[in-house]
Amino acid sequence: MSGLLGKKIGMTSIYDANGKNIPCTVIEAGPCVVTQVRSKAVDGYDAIQLAFDDKKEKHTPKPMQGHFAKANTTPKRFVAEFTRFEDPKKFGDVLTVDVFKEGEFIDVVGKSKGKGFQGVVKRHGFSGVNDATHGQHNRLRAPGSIGASSWPSRVFKGMRMAGRMGGARTKLINLQVMQIIPEKNLVVVKGAVPGPNNSYVKLERWS
Amino acid sequence: MSQNELLQYVKNTVTMQELPAFKAGDTITVTYKIIEGAKERLQKYQGVVLQRSGSGNTATFTVRKMSGNIGVERIFPVSSPFISQLEVNKVGVVRRARIYYFRGLRGKKARIKEKRF
Repeated sequence: MSGLLGKKIGMTSIYDANGKNIPCTVIEAGPCVVTQVRSKAVDGYDAIQLAFDDKKEKHTPKPMQGHFAKANTTPKRFVAEFTRFEDPKKFGDVLTVDVFKEGEFIDVVGKSKGKGFQGVVKRHGFSGVNDATHGQHNRLRAPGSIGASSWPSRVFKGMRMAGRMGGARTKLINLQVMQIIPEKNLVVVKGAVPGPNNSYVKLERWS
Repeated sequence: MSQNELLQYVKNTVTMQELPAFKAGDTITVTYKIIEGAKERLQKYQGVVLQRSGSGNTATFTVRKMSGNIGVERIFPVSSPFISQLEVNKVGVVRRARIYYFRGLRGKKARIKEKRF
């Protein structure tokens, strides 16, 4: 696997070679610094830790300052681990957008926009009551029955109901890389990406 | 670099062709490239501009025409590489930027006063 950390910039549309209008998301990705290399011997698993997006030293706790100073870099806002990284990176290495190529498919992990407390129609795609008449007056978006009565006398676990929606880790797989702009550290992927603009995302390519 | 500048940078990579100035109420002819298999041909689409929407390279415009008795609306992106030519036939006098009311008009009512210079 190969990957990078990035920040969602926003959406626009570009044209592909056939002149087709493609909606896409612009992501500022990298440069990322390897701030820690985890190994089976010491940590029990193999992984590398990447850090992205500078922040000021005065906003960084002392222990974290030391952590970044060890890797010879400035403090960073977003830190994440990648397991099973291809061609093992060394401590302090810098990764840029050229880990990806135009045309290949990558996965993007982000935190989806919080939608608040939502009903079952929006949250789980229930159809609601499909009649506005025939005796329905206040239950157009109701969930209906949630189970039988005397047996089992309880509601099964995992029953889909209303509740908090969004704000969860979301991964979109197989988004095509439409453009790579190395001079601005930009990756342009086809389609939408979870989360609001300016939120951090993890880009992964599984080969 | 700020977020907006980076987004603008990507938007600027889309090449935009020079189109003549037009607005809602104008009658225009769009010559559009159509690719059928390996062949490419041009098709003319003439109608009244209902609205211009969006900004910059991702802006679009809507053209309405009557095909027999049926209204047809087509939305073109201004930076579409398939637009080979755009010609303004009539400059209309309308009071608003989006003439949605025009959809409800038929026959003699569906006329727009032409601007005389």
